Amino acid sequence: MKVTFPHMGETYIALKGFFEDLGVDVVIPPECNKKTLQIGVKYSPETACLPLKVNIGNYVQSIENGADTIVITGSCGPCRFGYYGILEKEILRDMGYDVDMIVFDPPSEDIGRFISRIRKITNNKPVYKVADSLYKGYRIAKELDDMNKMMFAIRPREIKKGEVRRIYGEYQKEIEKAHGTREIFKVIDDNKKKLKDVRIDADRKVLKVGIIGEIYTVIEPFVNLYIEEKLGDMGVEVDRSMNVSEWIETNMFSKLLGFNSERDIDKAAENYLKTAIGGHAKQCIGNAVLYSRKGFDGLIQLLPFSCMPEIVASSILPSVSRNEKIPIMTLVLDELTGESGYITRLEAFVDMLGIRKETKVE
Amino acid sequence: MNYYLGVDVGSVSTDIVVIDDSETVVDKLYLKTAGRPVDAIKSGMALLKQHLGDIPISGVGTTGSGRQLADVVVGADVVKNEITSHGIAALKYCPKAKTVFEIGGQDSKIIILRDGIIVDFAMNTVCAAGTGSFLDRQASRMNIPIEEFGDRTLKSSMAVRIAGRCAVFAESDMIHKQQLGYSQDDIINGLCDALVRNYLSNVGKGKEILPPIVFQGGVAANKGMKAAFERELGYEIYVPAYYDVMGAIGAAMMAKTESGRKKSTNFYGFDMVDFDYTTKSFECSGCFNMCEIVEIYVNGNIGARWGGRCGKWSTGKNVAL
Repeated sequence: MKVTFPHMGETYIALKGFFEDLGVDVVIPPECNKKTLQIGVKYSPETACLPLKVNIGNYVQSIENGADTIVITGSCGPCRFGYYGILEKEILRDMGYDVDMIVFDPPSEDIGRFISRIRKITNNKPVYKVADSLYKGYRIAKELDDMNKMMFAIRPREIKKGEVRRIYGEYQKEIEKAHGTREIFKVIDDNKKKLKDVRIDADRKVLKVGIIGEIYTVIEPFVNLYIEEKLGDMGVEVDRSMNVSEWIETNMFSKLLGFNSERDIDKAAENYLKTAIGGHAKQCIGNAVLYSRKGFDGLIQLLPFSCMPEIVASSILPSVSRNEKIPIMTLVLDELTGESGYITRLEAFVDMLGIRKETKVE
Repeated sequence: MNYYLGVDVGSVSTDIVVIDDSETVVDKLYLKTAGRPVDAIKSGMALLKQHLGDIPISGVGTTGSGRQLADVVVGADVVKNEITSHGIAALKYCPKAKTVFEIGGQDSKIIILRDGIIVDFAMNTVCAAGTGSFLDRQASRMNIPIEEFGDRTLKSSMAVRIAGRCAVFAESDMIHKQQLGYSQDDIINGLCDALVRNYLSNVGKGKEILPPIVFQGGVAANKGMKAAFERELGYEIYVPAYYDVMGAIGAAMMAKTESGRKKSTNFYGFDMVDFDYTTKSFECSGCFNMCEIVEIYVNGNIGARWGGRCGKWSTGKNVAL
């Protein structure tokens, strides 16, 4: 059995460590690229949302490299993502690929089924071993998020432009060669040390922009056209409203134990949206309010074209912007998104925030 | 006297202006880009040299979708996006402006200004209805010169209802109305109404549109569009004298500030008119990203390269002259 899974930013590193510790053979799809998207667009329904198309591309590229089992998380209906596992299996079958698809619904939905599916993949490894690897995988996600935070802070302040990009490029080559959580931890740790040595101008005045919106487009850089890097190069420190370790905390641990780890976000959203309407719409609104309280200069909402929950959120955001006095720009992403128009909007937004901040100070 | 150059390379037009120390426009050119931006810039610069002689240029700003290319061709001190450029220029001619409508060849934008700064903006996303290119196409289909297109609405007594949601539907609806026998003037008038509705519901969606409103960009030449905006909003719309080159003016103004700060300019001088520019593009096969790399050669030397993700190809701008 050779297991693969779709990409979502750097999540694959945590998953790779988890599976390899348990002795499972893993095939990592090539980093998302134009070819991935081409394959996905060709074989997916045209009106499906962008993440599904990229997923399909990931699967096909992995299958070409020998994968025969696909693992994807499921969820009981926050949005169309709830159907991804089933729909993707159908699409692959129509394409003539006979692969096993294992959907992991959050353990809080049915813990028994969750464990039995894990046992299936891991060839009946003892539960304590699985739990241990799962925890290590989560720790990797946590380390990665921490490493990204460092890069977000250094990029706009680096004295020699492009230093972070160079270090990150080396790290990407290293991480590819690392196997098992122990080696992965080491590569991440080494990279963090290198990042610490980057010479920065600590006094430089940088703008702070929060990235809110739909989780996949926020986390997957290929899909958001490397927004974090672009903004960093424009002298902006970004912050991701959602990241993988928090997603694991919420969906794997908190819900299972029956408490709400997003209470502050829910509370912040209360004046604008009282109920969860699917996807991460409520989190998007809540995070927007929280960012404005933290003194961020502006926010960018990202969503895949036709994402219903985020469309609702985007119609609420103008009131958030007015009441909380924070500029918010919405960017919609799909396979037709042109990069130059995207850059123009980012540049104009950053200019606007810069001038706004200067006049405020005066 | 110091002079500053602003170059706005858009999809349809390439605009060049020269302003002096007092930010007065000394010369302005509105040329068709015609798919060859480098040639458009070169011929524009040749014209300027003819008009003004070899005047000393103390700063250069470029803007528009071809701003990076323009930078390589002329040597710029400021390379700015068109939203900031248009906003700055609008404030120059109407310091109290609260809203700017800018409709160009491929883009339409709305810029919201409060107390003299940009506080919000939006650009059209997937729809080309209402932009200059669409009007151009309709004018040529109806065999009316684009310059006269807007004036025809003044002769109209009523506006025919046209479906303006999408450029394709708008066109078929116009043809439908024409086959029913409506006059061309009334159809054009109706088209302007439809485009204004489209603009306000797409680009202007969720924005607080307050007067004074400045209307600029190539489409502001169309009197029918101005009148349709006024009918729809109930406010007077101000079209500045240099409505068609406002982006270039904004870029020139920023060049003045920037070159004043650093006390030098990157301008290559009017000699660039005789430079030889060639571009090449290829797909890098270094990794799976398959980046499309563009190379621009100036007089046979590599002038600039861009398009790569990893930085391997980005030499930056290093024109060896």
